[in-house]
Amino acid sequence: MPEIKELVKSLADKYGRTRESLIPILQGVVQDQRYISDEAMTEIARELDIAAAQVYGTATFYSFLDTTPRGKYVIRVCRTITCSMKGKNQIVQEIEDLLKIKVGETTQNRKFSLLETNCLGWCHKGPAMLINDEVYTELTPEKVREIISEYIKK
Amino acid sequence: MNILKSNPLNEDITMSNTKLKRVDLIFEQDCNTKEVLQSAWAKSKDEIINELLESGLKGRGGAGFPTALKWKFTSEQPETERYIICNADEGEPGTFKDREILFQVPCKVFGGMAVCAKVIGATEGFIYLRGEYRFLLPQLEKKLDDFHKILEELKVPFRIRIIMGSGAYICGEESALFESMEGQRGEPRNKPPYPTIAGFRSKPTVINNVETLVYAFMISKHGARKFKELGTADSRGSKVFSISGDTPIPGIYELELGMTVEQFVEEFGDGDTKAVQVGGASGFCVPRKKFKDTIIGFEGVPTGGSMMIFNSSRSMYNVLKNYIEFFEEESCGQCTPCRVGCQQLLKGIEAVKKGEKHAAYLDQLLKLTESMKITAKCGLGQSVANSFSSIVENFREEMIY
Repeated sequence: MPEIKELVKSLADKYGRTRESLIPILQGVVQDQRYISDEAMTEIARELDIAAAQVYGTATFYSFLDTTPRGKYVIRVCRTITCSMKGKNQIVQEIEDLLKIKVGETTQNRKFSLLETNCLGWCHKGPAMLINDEVYTELTPEKVREIISEYIKK
Repeated sequence: MNILKSNPLNEDITMSNTKLKRVDLIFEQDCNTKEVLQSAWAKSKDEIINELLESGLKGRGGAGFPTALKWKFTSEQPETERYIICNADEGEPGTFKDREILFQVPCKVFGGMAVCAKVIGATEGFIYLRGEYRFLLPQLEKKLDDFHKILEELKVPFRIRIIMGSGAYICGEESALFESMEGQRGEPRNKPPYPTIAGFRSKPTVINNVETLVYAFMISKHGARKFKELGTADSRGSKVFSISGDTPIPGIYELELGMTVEQFVEEFGDGDTKAVQVGGASGFCVPRKKFKDTIIGFEGVPTGGSMMIFNSSRSMYNVLKNYIEFFEEESCGQCTPCRVGCQQLLKGIEAVKKGEKHAAYLDQLLKLTESMKITAKCGLGQSVANSFSSIVENFREEMIY
């Protein structure tokens, strides 16, 4: 995987090669690849000169550092209490129907992954979700249909 | 196509004229950073600490440690490499004020950090921003550049960097946050030593909540008196509240401290309020019968500002289950009381609800939370007992089949 090797190298050039650079590098890999593959972890370990187990340990701790393949657009629907009270289940249902996947799954074409996440910090405007870094609030099934269809076109 | 994406630029903060006293210290737009910093730099370190001490400001993240003492202890350490860190890992369910503060008045947050840097002699500061708020980053970095230009003009040797989190609630715990900044798993450390002695990179560190830093900045600007005149003896000043749930007017409000839950509900409830969760999932649930006698503040129910309102259409079992699921997933897993405790609490309430366990099993679970309170390593495991016992004891019938 020369591509991963180059990505890791350029991230290490940018963030440095100390232990403190590890999470920024992992975040950079996720931004670019949507997940951190075993190859990427091995490469990071080599670049930073630490054990691969150390990289794995840190990467698997954080819920936004995915270590399983994800789609180009990762949808994270907030499941915490207020969003839940304001109709989160309907939102999830709508997305599941639209994309024909369940929570935790990725579409065949690797375009979308659907996940649930803990409090996004938009409780006054629930239900809320993130698509990659973009936030969408006060969702209704209709709104979700519009948003997702825009992403399908992208 | 009308894509209804939230636009933070149009974020409106509802401010109507009602009974509870509204305060406008935090979001007041006129921050005049340069002047405030100039005057802070003209003062001695002790003058700033005494002003802060006089104000009675306590940490606004929830724990409520006196801010002046944190700064003072750190400044007295023999080690001269010291840091100021802004904790912007706002993960407590029902809290969203820090996002709004960082969006609207980041210059005050930076300013508060710079004033602290003057006191403790730090040259480097960090903002640990939760991954969920990454969309704030481009604007924050731009504002930070402007701020650094002011520091350059004033010849102040202090710079701030933003470090991104990656979706771990536990990293809001200060020592877990340091671990995360150091590239490790976000697992809390043993205390002591406290951050004032050994924090980030094991150096003396002040770590403050976003809102605390803004108040520190405003106290530096207006003096202690304006702040001290507000609130009560135990809870000085005002506080930014994040209000959500069954309310016609959800949003962010800066209110004077010292009100009762009853006063709060009269203003923000929908007329049918059954309970208010004060302080998020790790806080306390106040049932209707206790509204009148419960003060929101350090003398009653302390809060980092999370106020979730539930009306009588809500099942408190579902509320509790949502909280315990939250804790079970966010527990870092390093200490057994918290890791296994959260799993067992979840299984336990499900079993009681399904009728697989007798209702008396709830008392066993309450005992378990008591054990977690004294044996868990950090605040996460210790505070599960707060919401668990306050919901189970006050809404026991709802927990049973």
